[in-house]
Amino acid sequence: MTRGVRRRKITSSIFVAFCALSVLLALVPLAFVLFFVVSQGIQSLNVAFFTHMPAPVGEPGGGMANAIVGTLILVTLGALFAIPIGIISGVYMSEYAGTRFASLVRFAADTLNGVPSIVIGVFVYGIAVLPFKQFSALAGGLALGVMMIPIIARTTEELLLLVPGTMREGALALGATHARAVFTVVVPAALPGIITGLVLALARIAGETAPLLFTSLNNKFFTTKLTQPIASLTVQVFAYANSPYQDWHRQAWAGALVLVTIVLTCSLLARFATRRLEGLGSSR
Amino acid sequence: MKKPENLGFRLGTGLFGLVLVVLVAAIGAELFRQSWLSVQKFGLNFWRTEVWDPVAGEFGAYPFIWGTLYSSILALLLAAPISLGIAVFISELAPNRLKPVLVFLTELLAAIPSIVYGLWGMFVLVPAVRAFEMSIPQALKATPFFSGPPFGLGMLSAALILAVMVIPFTSSVAREVLKAVPTAQREGAYALGATRLEAISAALYYARTGIVGAIMLGFGRALGETMAVTMVIGNNAKVSLSLLAPQHTMAAVLANEFSEADTNLYLSALIEIGLVLFIMTLIINSLSRLLIWSMARPMKAPVSAVVPAMESAA
Repeated sequence: MTRGVRRRKITSSIFVAFCALSVLLALVPLAFVLFFVVSQGIQSLNVAFFTHMPAPVGEPGGGMANAIVGTLILVTLGALFAIPIGIISGVYMSEYAGTRFASLVRFAADTLNGVPSIVIGVFVYGIAVLPFKQFSALAGGLALGVMMIPIIARTTEELLLLVPGTMREGALALGATHARAVFTVVVPAALPGIITGLVLALARIAGETAPLLFTSLNNKFFTTKLTQPIASLTVQVFAYANSPYQDWHRQAWAGALVLVTIVLTCSLLARFATRRLEGLGSSR
Repeated sequence: MKKPENLGFRLGTGLFGLVLVVLVAAIGAELFRQSWLSVQKFGLNFWRTEVWDPVAGEFGAYPFIWGTLYSSILALLLAAPISLGIAVFISELAPNRLKPVLVFLTELLAAIPSIVYGLWGMFVLVPAVRAFEMSIPQALKATPFFSGPPFGLGMLSAALILAVMVIPFTSSVAREVLKAVPTAQREGAYALGATRLEAISAALYYARTGIVGAIMLGFGRALGETMAVTMVIGNNAKVSLSLLAPQHTMAAVLANEFSEADTNLYLSALIEIGLVLFIMTLIINSLSRLLIWSMARPMKAPVSAVVPAMESAA
């Protein structure tokens, strides 16, 4: 009997050790990736990286000014397209949560969220590149927007559902219309959370490569024309990584460092913000 | 609720919701329309043919579907036990102060862009894998799984990097599912004198449908992963069981060849690969959500009904 108990306890300890080991196994690659990105990237990250254009092959130095501006333009385009659709469809899903159509929209959002980003690229190529025979920043922005919509919609929905029903009822009792109650009382109450979600979505989308490969393509030159192909940090990193030149590899690492810094900063900010929000929630 | 202004609000917001439904339908329809040429010309043979030679006009997609499935399954074999371990550790074992930190760190793993994993994979992981492959004993090299020269670039590197990228998704869903298991399940087991493992097994058994769903969700992610895989898998359209062999995936061939497709048929063949990838992920994701939902939903009601009562009693 005691022997059996001891064996069971040992098996149990082995299991606990395995679980702890799993956590370590996941954190090791995280540490490795961050370590290499920072240590390799920092060597070639300087002011010129942000202000200069890519240098021709064989010439050291140069930067990714065009790609940085390109990424900003693409993400802005995507956001302009996705934020209204995402937020308002999120409002619909939370306000009419029980209805069949709301379930359909939710299903569509989850499905869209699971579509591989490269497939979104193929889709946008078909509707926004092929008809005009022209790769363009607009097409790239559209692809990023399609990826952002479901994230924003689901975040908005979840946060709106957290707003106490009494707030909406109070507004309605004062004679506000449904629309007015939602847009002047319920949405503002959830706004800090929604903005946090937006920041995270923007950060995630800024790191996307696959949907841009054949929508916005790439551009060696500086451009802000929306109907022209445009460079982006991610596609540029991909191009440089695949090149045979040491100098370009270094530039790729620097680009990766910029991307990781954006993501990391946004995640930390969002985490800080949600903690404050939770603090407010519990004191209420 | 029947006032016209409310109807306007409902229709107005519903219209934006409709955009999402239309988008999903449009993706399917557009991919189908653009791939029609290839579907008509090759039929089902497209997926049975092993030769992919665009210059000669021969298009067979078998190597890509093979590579996609093989790499994803290998990645899941690695990632599933580790993700479960993480989920159990965070939800059942870790001290309360450590939990949010671990959740944040695993989420960070999901936040790192695919291209950064790819860059790291190319310059750090692949050389390490090559060194490992060179040290594989001769006896093992005789098996089909380890045959061929050690390139580093190949199936093994792809599976490793995919596993790392899938872990955060699978473990966070598994964690949610475990959260939906009533505390009484564990307490009951402990009351009967169960060890930790036995009590957690009871919870895991209770959550089994949801856990299968979590693993499938990870599988869906792995199928569509593009940049990191294409940078380490070697991009060689050859079917092989060997982990050392450079291979190819559906997403990777799209990323590499799409902007170079010079004939309509070539483009159409690539889009057909995209269409099938879309359908595959659609089915897998729907199934996994169904499983997760069926597990987490019926239990949620009693849990939330019981817990506040217990809290107010304490």
